[in-house]
Amino acid sequence: MSDAHESSAPPAPSASAPRSFWRGLAPWLALILCLAVPPFIWPQSWLLAYLAQTATMIVFALSYNLLLGETGLLSFGHAAFSGLGALVAAQVFNRVGVPLVLLPLVGGIGGALCGVLFGFISTRRAGTAFAMITLGLGELVAAAAWTLPDWFGGEAGVAIDRASGAPWGSWSFGPAREAYALIAGWCLLACVAMFALSRTPFMRVANAVRDNPVRAAAIGCYPRRIRCGVVVASAFFAGIAGTLALINVELVSTESVSMVRSGAVLIATVIGGTAVFFGPVAGAAVLTFFSVAVASVTRAWPFYLGLFFIMVVVISPDGLAGFAQRHSARVAAHGWRRCRAAYLWGMAAALLWTAAIVLTVQWAYAAQFGVDDGAALGGTGGMGALRWLRASPLGLGGAVLMLAALGGLPAHYAIRAQALLAARRSSASPATGDAR
Amino acid sequence: MQSFVINLLNGVSYGLLLFMLSAGLTLIFSMLGVLNFAHASFYMLGAYVGFSVAARAGFWSALVVAPLIVGLIGAALERWLLRRVRAHGHLAELLLTFGAAYLLGELVKLGWGLSALSATLPAVLDGPLFTVYGTAFARYRAFMMVVSLAMLCALYAVLCVSKAGLIVRAALTHASAVEALGHNVPRVFTGVFAAGTALAALAGVIGAPLFVIEPGMAESLGSIVFVVVVIGGLGSLGGALAASLLVGCVQTLAVASNLSLGEVLSMFDASLPAEWDALTLAQLAPLIPYLLLVAMLALRPRGLFGRRDDHV
Repeated sequence: MSDAHESSAPPAPSASAPRSFWRGLAPWLALILCLAVPPFIWPQSWLLAYLAQTATMIVFALSYNLLLGETGLLSFGHAAFSGLGALVAAQVFNRVGVPLVLLPLVGGIGGALCGVLFGFISTRRAGTAFAMITLGLGELVAAAAWTLPDWFGGEAGVAIDRASGAPWGSWSFGPAREAYALIAGWCLLACVAMFALSRTPFMRVANAVRDNPVRAAAIGCYPRRIRCGVVVASAFFAGIAGTLALINVELVSTESVSMVRSGAVLIATVIGGTAVFFGPVAGAAVLTFFSVAVASVTRAWPFYLGLFFIMVVVISPDGLAGFAQRHSARVAAHGWRRCRAAYLWGMAAALLWTAAIVLTVQWAYAAQFGVDDGAALGGTGGMGALRWLRASPLGLGGAVLMLAALGGLPAHYAIRAQALLAARRSSASPATGDAR
Repeated sequence: MQSFVINLLNGVSYGLLLFMLSAGLTLIFSMLGVLNFAHASFYMLGAYVGFSVAARAGFWSALVVAPLIVGLIGAALERWLLRRVRAHGHLAELLLTFGAAYLLGELVKLGWGLSALSATLPAVLDGPLFTVYGTAFARYRAFMMVVSLAMLCALYAVLCVSKAGLIVRAALTHASAVEALGHNVPRVFTGVFAAGTALAALAGVIGAPLFVIEPGMAESLGSIVFVVVVIGGLGSLGGALAASLLVGCVQTLAVASNLSLGEVLSMFDASLPAEWDALTLAQLAPLIPYLLLVAMLALRPRGLFGRRDDHV
């Protein structure tokens, strides 16, 4: 847990040129702006709750990426760390009365202690075996949370009153605004700490263990010890994330350790991309968007999320961050004028096909789960059209087919423009390109 | 204690059901090197498809049709999606099957609704087969055991005797050599994946009358199957059989027992706080497979019959 002390390290890497310095700083500024500015513009409580969830998920996904991205360990039981850390924090807060400002640290230490125990068991094997062991451990904790008494307070969970602690200056943290400020502050602090951690020699060795454990062992580092250390560090930050969620909703329940949550953090991290530090941040934002914003509109959100996840895995296994990197490199190589056609046509095709899929899925969900759910699809404008579609499945089929066919046209142009770009690139330099 | 025999038989039948699932999983794992995370979802899909087919054409045709349909879906998944991400390594494949599990769960909810369904038994299989000390052994469980054992024998025969099995076994270890001999190895992969998912679907059709058909059935059984595969040793069919029987028997016996934790611990002169002592073994039964897993990993990290391959 020495990484907690490194939180004062500067966020940007030592930059030689000012340009790359600003490029390294830009995501941080964007993150700070996204966390800090909206509450001043729209001070509604739902926005604060949404942003607090996003901030929590960001820390959670980044902690997960220490395992998946940096060390190549796929875990299916990451929620155990965050849930148990939050549980420790809740019990300590209720019994000892730690100031709320320091509570995430307590949760982190609780998570790290679980990490020591679980890491010792699970890191004997890497790869698929590690994934299955973490699955078993996650299920064990989830089942134990239901079964064992006075751990999780049964079905009700353990509640805290965040305003009951010692006030910090003039802040009691009772109002949502003050709690959100605390959560956002801790989120930034944890991000900086994890960024600093990812630049340490220890994490470089972890990267070596990920890429070639045999060679890493041959040069004298114990892969198992390294993996165990990473699990502990990751569990520490997961505990912080769990405690941030605890501060937000003032409750830790069996849901905090559930496999659903473990799956969610896996999905967020993979969607965002594991190879780039800020990938999981983007993935966390996407996941929270789906699970809160889309979920408020339609009950089909898990379907869309699953579809999006599969698309990301198939089309761009390095996630959104890898996708963005690849395409920004291409735009930089060709200039945006030449790429314009390909991207515009591609976007048109994607929009049309998305419309076709959404129409089909909404219709199916409305047919299965009742009329009220599909109604929110097109807002007020598309309502009449939607009602007509529901009345006639034939018309719906026709509309979907038409949309799909219309989408095929720009897709054709997009593929042609891509081929043109690839041809130009191969004539300019014999490097291999990825024309998709 | 009189019902011990019956409980043991119930445990064996449950264990054989687990083996049907873990056999497909092991087969796919040792062939493609990817742990099919969606395996339990195919089990669930098999139960649902079997339910729908049985409602129209009866139980016996469901027993044949549902595995065929689900096997085709599995083949399609392998052919169109899994093969595309294979170039990116096993992690991408595992993630794809994870996403497929997620999506299949949603599709099942979409197709059949959220409420639980209960499968009906054909009249031949309804009722007790025999009674021991006043406790009945259901005829259906015996049927389940017969089907599982028949499946086990068929699998063994196909893998060890037939030419197709020879190609499959050769493709397991020497894929490029088999390809050089003129066999289409990717198609063999697709076939194995389809066979594995069809086995899962068969388990779903057979297991459905014992449990309730509901959208949560994949999660409830799926993680136990993974535990079984890890306990038995990844990629070992014999280990999967042993671990299935072990987990099935232990869990069934724990559910059926009326001992409490305090009574068990007092045999070892140990005790816990009062509310822990009051927990019965039946309450703790869901934990047992995972505890077994942890104990196994602490004692023998590669599982019962696993190979020491990626032990670094």
